[in-house]
Amino acid sequence: MHQFLQQIFSGLAAGAIYASLALALVMIYRATDLVNFAQGEMAMFSTYIAWTLVNAEVPFWGAFLITLVVSFVGGMLIERVVIRPVENAPVLAAVVVTIGLLLIFNSTAGWIYSYTVQDFPSPFPDRPLFGALMTTRDLGVIAVTLAMLILLFVFFRFTATGLAMRAAAQNPDSARLCGIRVGRMLAIGWGLAAAIGATAGIMVAPVLFLDPNMMGGVLIYAFAGALLGGITSPVGAVVGGLIVGVTENLVGTYLIASQLKLTVAFALIILVLVFRPNGLFGTAIVRRV
Amino acid sequence: MASILELRAVKAFYGQSEVVHGIDVAVEEGGMTVLLGANGAGKTTTLRAICGLVKSEGEILFAGERLDRRTTEAIAGLGVAHVPEGRGTFVGLTVEENLRLGGYTRLSAARENIQRMYGYFPILAQRRRQQAGALSGGEQQMLAMARALMMSPRLLVLDEPSFGLAPRIVEDIFTIIERIRQEEKVSVLLVEQNASLALELADHAYLLETGYIVTSGSAKTLADDPQIRRSYLGY
Repeated sequence: MHQFLQQIFSGLAAGAIYASLALALVMIYRATDLVNFAQGEMAMFSTYIAWTLVNAEVPFWGAFLITLVVSFVGGMLIERVVIRPVENAPVLAAVVVTIGLLLIFNSTAGWIYSYTVQDFPSPFPDRPLFGALMTTRDLGVIAVTLAMLILLFVFFRFTATGLAMRAAAQNPDSARLCGIRVGRMLAIGWGLAAAIGATAGIMVAPVLFLDPNMMGGVLIYAFAGALLGGITSPVGAVVGGLIVGVTENLVGTYLIASQLKLTVAFALIILVLVFRPNGLFGTAIVRRV
Repeated sequence: MASILELRAVKAFYGQSEVVHGIDVAVEEGGMTVLLGANGAGKTTTLRAICGLVKSEGEILFAGERLDRRTTEAIAGLGVAHVPEGRGTFVGLTVEENLRLGGYTRLSAARENIQRMYGYFPILAQRRRQQAGALSGGEQQMLAMARALMMSPRLLVLDEPSFGLAPRIVEDIFTIIERIRQEEKVSVLLVEQNASLALELADHAYLLETGYIVTSGSAKTLADDPQIRRSYLGY
């Protein structure tokens, strides 16, 4: 029983990271109807920026905040420069662009930082808590994710810009008629998604270690989480990410070798697509013709 | 009276095809002008051209400013509020969120404007926390108009406010449009299928047929025109 609870808690910590990245995917999907395959590599690149800052003796949380700001601006720039030109192109063109971004970020990181695996410091000490049910590190990761989710919720629910972003995603023409600059809202969406991804990368790097390929697996789990929750639902992304984290951990502990854990994510993706394509919280996509 | 909106030789496009072939329309400051015509005459496309939602050629002047070549959001910022065909409410958001969005260009006055809108449309105050998609057709139309008025516009562009509504509700809507026009001191450009009701309220009217203006004049003159009576009024 004790081990079982332990696995649940460490699954929740991993799930919180998947949930963050899933949320970034959902935000971009809702705003631009596009699955951003480069989300993981963007997060990895942000993590390298944080690593560089930490190595330059910037205090950890300072480096964290600077990285968020840089990632936000970078995400906006990517939308402006790379995504905007294919906004009205067929979906396939846009997908190819995001895959291109994935390769570019991966190779650029390898070129600048090399493919050598690096240690990444954790801001949280690694001490057992509650009779070794969980560690302070797990708790820290969950707390940071939770804080980020609350901030996002407040932003989207109560600020004029947050509301305008929801409106722009839902009905761009009506949003324009209200005087909302839809293009700017999309750019902010990409910026936020990049910053959320950066948080996920920084939180996961102490566990996975830092190298240009570190986010590959995480992105797959995040996809599974986003699909499970329903790719249109931010709440679904968070719930889905947490479920994937716990499931993956339990299955890896009790059922299959932990090297095969990633198959859980693929199995989940296929099951969701076959039996419940809208996920747990998603709505069917209705297109006006 | 001075015109607040003037269209000069305006062509408008639906996709790539030209459906409005160079029309001249003027809306008087403080007045209500109606654009009549059969389905497919180009009424909606004309309105969408004014708000920059479709491609257009020619000059569109609003209070001395050129609207053509401005973006839709910039046109809204100048004080042109458009209630589009199909109402264009944000169905997934609450009534109050819809109103807050309407006030996006006038954030400092939003709170007070929302209360004023609840004064015009008490039903919206009751439904403020409901999703806009859950409202009835008449309520959605009221929400769409309230959303547009939230920007304290100088020109209100209404595309078939009566669409899909029961006759009694249509009368309510038009009564309130008339009240709003006077109390908000807003000029109105209206597209309407219900010609008799529209001609009763409007002071000027234009008749659009397959992309051309075929008749225009005071609403009273058009209401007395035998051909218009036969084709659009049915008596």
